[in-house]
Amino acid sequence: MNDVAARTEPIRTDMVIVGAGPVGLFAVFEAGLLNMKCHLVDNLDRIGGQCAELYPDKPIYDIPAVPVCTGEGLTELLMNQIRPFEPTFHLSQQAERLERLEDRRWRLVTSTGTVLEAPVVVIAAGAGSFVPRRLPLPGAEAREGRSLFYAVRKMEDFRGKDLLIAGGGDSALDWTLNLQPVARRLALVHRRPDFRAAPDSVARMHELVEAGEVALHIGQISGLHGSDAELEGVTIKSPQGEALVPCDTLLAFYGLKMELGPLAGWGLELEKDLIKVDTATFETNLPGVFAIGDIITYPGKLKLILSGFHESALMSQKAFKYCFPDQKLVFRYTTSSTDLHKKLGVA
Amino acid sequence: MAEIVAIDREGEEHRIEATPGWSVMEIIRENDLPIEAACGGCCACATCHVYVDPEWLARLEPASDEEDRMLDEAYQVQENSRLSCQIPFREDLDGLKVTLAPEF
Repeated sequence: MNDVAARTEPIRTDMVIVGAGPVGLFAVFEAGLLNMKCHLVDNLDRIGGQCAELYPDKPIYDIPAVPVCTGEGLTELLMNQIRPFEPTFHLSQQAERLERLEDRRWRLVTSTGTVLEAPVVVIAAGAGSFVPRRLPLPGAEAREGRSLFYAVRKMEDFRGKDLLIAGGGDSALDWTLNLQPVARRLALVHRRPDFRAAPDSVARMHELVEAGEVALHIGQISGLHGSDAELEGVTIKSPQGEALVPCDTLLAFYGLKMELGPLAGWGLELEKDLIKVDTATFETNLPGVFAIGDIITYPGKLKLILSGFHESALMSQKAFKYCFPDQKLVFRYTTSSTDLHKKLGVA
Repeated sequence: MAEIVAIDREGEEHRIEATPGWSVMEIIRENDLPIEAACGGCCACATCHVYVDPEWLARLEPASDEEDRMLDEAYQVQENSRLSCQIPFREDLDGLKVTLAPEF
């Protein structure tokens, strides 16, 4: 156990949901109707999963009874729907370890040391965690965390550095503007002269370039130079040829990609990186660990948000038995049940 | 039967049946070639990146601004880089040759 985890008091709850995408969010609703409280873990810094990261502005037409909404809109609708159940979110942290406790509950530890304990864990992790896309160049891995970074933890880390920032989106531009006064020297490299970042940031970057405060290179990084973990410069390739740009620190923003991550090592039965489940209960091979949404496979599975919604309803029925083994479960409709109305805050 | 020629990352050439109206990404994916296409074809990622054979490039509709922006998230982008989900296959593209770009 690492230091952070050792210092953190375990949080006890009924259901820990890995993934705060649409399916994880709707699981809060289905669990809530059955009195189960939920904590959600997501590696993104915001709620919504792929709906937030990949297609916040793209239209979705196949949510039942919602003729059209965007990824962002769907997330908002779901957040409204689950509000009565007061879920707790643990964002910007990856679900790292899953351990079985002696009393048969599960302990989940995140990358930032949050410890969650519950009888039920639900994996609604879609295509995995969003992680920064890393430079696939020789020597990149050895330099990571030393002279090559994919995120800024503390601006002070970059004080006095001869910094090169790569990318054309908001992260690259925001950090160019914020780190320029901190770094000894700052250059920005992007593969084309147009930037997709906010126009205001782009304009401010161009002002710094005009003023000679920032150097702008158009091209793509094709090689890293320096010994071991040190960086002395990079090769930038463009249609005009190759150029060597000296720098001692590289901060690269190539967007996020999805990868299965640590859950691949939790002992779950997988088939082609997808989790196998019992389709009556959506339980995995680990008792009390369920999986729903895009991350699962079964005969006939379709990766649709609506399928994940259905899976979360069935999952909750069996999850209830783990959370409240002595209670009988009665199936009720939200339309008619005053008990459910109370839970929804409409009674 | 129309077809496309897809060259995988090992350099092996695959001649695969191509259905007009499908995107080139879908044709590649349905033939079990390794193309991630994480966003499912809505031009919201760059994981269906291919290089179009230069001889074919001019016969395609040019990339939209949106596609060009998404290519910022691809690696080793070249003049002939395209997102294959944004290339609808047509009868007259019979024989279209593309190479899968490196995974990133």
